[in-house]
Amino acid sequence: MTVAIRATDLVKSYSQGVRALDGVTLEVNSGEVLVVMGPSGSGKSTLIRTFNGLETLDGGALDVLGVSLDATHGERQVLAIRKRVGMVFQQFNLFPHLSILDNITLAPIKVQQRAKASAEQRAMELLDQMGIREQAYKYPAQLSGGQQQRVAIARALALDPEVMLFDEPTSALDPERVKEVLDAMRQLAKGGMTMVVVTHELSFAREVADRVMFMDRGQVVETSDPETFFSNAREERSRRFLNQMQH
Amino acid sequence: MRQRRLLVQVGVAAVLIGLLALLVNNLAVNLIRTGLGLGFGWLGRPAGFALAETALPYAPSDSYLWALTIGWLNSLKVIAAGLVLATVLGVAAGAARSSNNRLLRSLAGGYVALIRQVPLLLQLLFWYFVAFLGLPSVPIGGLIRLSNQGIQLLGLNLSVEFCAVLVGLTVFTGASIAEIVRGGINAVPRGQWEAFRSLGLGEGLGLRRIVLPQALPAILPALTSQYLNLAKNSTLAIAVGYADLYAVSDTTITQTGRAIEGFLLLLLSFLLLNLLISGGMAAFNRAVLGRLNRSR
Ligand SMILES: Nc1ncnc2c1ncn2[C@@H]1O[C@H](COP(=O)(O)OP(=O)(O)OP(=O)(O)O)[C@@H](O)[C@H]1O
Ligand SMILES: [Mg+2]
Repeated sequence: MTVAIRATDLVKSYSQGVRALDGVTLEVNSGEVLVVMGPSGSGKSTLIRTFNGLETLDGGALDVLGVSLDATHGERQVLAIRKRVGMVFQQFNLFPHLSILDNITLAPIKVQQRAKASAEQRAMELLDQMGIREQAYKYPAQLSGGQQQRVAIARALALDPEVMLFDEPTSALDPERVKEVLDAMRQLAKGGMTMVVVTHELSFAREVADRVMFMDRGQVVETSDPETFFSNAREERSRRFLNQMQH
Repeated sequence: MRQRRLLVQVGVAAVLIGLLALLVNNLAVNLIRTGLGLGFGWLGRPAGFALAETALPYAPSDSYLWALTIGWLNSLKVIAAGLVLATVLGVAAGAARSSNNRLLRSLAGGYVALIRQVPLLLQLLFWYFVAFLGLPSVPIGGLIRLSNQGIQLLGLNLSVEFCAVLVGLTVFTGASIAEIVRGGINAVPRGQWEAFRSLGLGEGLGLRRIVLPQALPAILPALTSQYLNLAKNSTLAIAVGYADLYAVSDTTITQTGRAIEGFLLLLLSFLLLNLLISGGMAAFNRAVLGRLNRSR
């Protein structure tokens, strides 16, 4: 089994002296789905944003798909890794001035130098896969939140990434729109995609995750298989968090 | 409350009417005193003065009208070139101010701070007397040749006066445009940066394709007023002896004594120029907003 992400003792502090990451160590295997949970401010976003170089590190060793992204990495490593790691944000972050199709084909055309026709064909396939083929020529603001988030997933997939990062992809959605996005992610996981997912969707975690990692105050509290985590968490802090989640 | 507002309105109107009456009165008195009457026949008479810079053939024996036209063309030339260059410089400096490269950021910040402290007139004089007249004769790569006689650029012969005005207007207006562009860029949500970065797009490409198009609606109205400022500021060209419309009008008025007609023509010319600029920008603005609305 190959390791997709290997992080050792990651440290990240912001200027105000907050340690957003305080010695985080973890491994994500190829084809694995890791769900990350934890209270607000525990460092979940900061952690997965280091995996594609959106955040720089102050300490520790980070290896993503064989590329080092530690404190000393340069611009070239970052650009190389971003073509191979897709990211989906809580707020979708679609480009509002571009059509759905252009949102998806921009990076393949500009970053991978793919021909326009083949990039568009691939985009239509992905939209099909996300069940929103008929939205291709609309603009983001004309779509519902759930549709926008599925476009964002398609956009990230268009570069054929080896790893997908999700930062609370359903937190900004109306409850009735959550399922369509989770279904798309389920499908992706079934296809063998390596995924790191920050989410508080318990049923998704229970059903799809290979492992659940619980964070608090920039540290990993525990990492367990979902069965153990949800019914029999090892740490008191995890149990307290789960209790709050369920009420 | 409403009554008070009405009262203020009436007061303002009364003052305006008073001022207008004063102006008309002065005009009439001046016209009578000079004994010339209002007329434009003198425009056909030979101008008698030489012009250092002529876009079209001109000799002192040509009419005042032709001399003024040459001046108009000179103004147009420096304004058009200034608009383009100031925009390029301003966008570059504005983008540099929001870059994550510290050196670029402070260079651009220093440029804006410095240029905004110094009056434009001083800057023009600096470019003319210090920067351009002080130039030694140096050929650069055969395509560009600098000297205190002017600049030869790919067969184009640019006078020192033109260059001083152009550079002065560009550098001055570019600083204001940089601030506008920076403001527009900052108004684009951070998530847009993160989105294009996470897709492997470089900073320059992301700025051009993602950020600037979204900043444009916030930038354009303020940009229009900077363009109008540049056009108006171009009249300072007279300080370095560039034969723009204002300089030619000035000479014409001195020679003919036709101050009122001269200023009327000058006013009309600038009105026309500014309407052209505003009209062009309004059309551009509509196109941009139309595109954006379609995307809503
Ligand atoms: N740009 C920033 N500047 C300063 N502090 C920051 C910044 N981003 C995050 N932090 C701080 O770092 C810590 C971790 O933040 P992070 O966003 O990673 O938490 P999170 O687990 O994703 O929280 P949430 O569930 O609210 O999204 C918090 O204390 C936060 O205030
Ligand atoms: Mg977060």
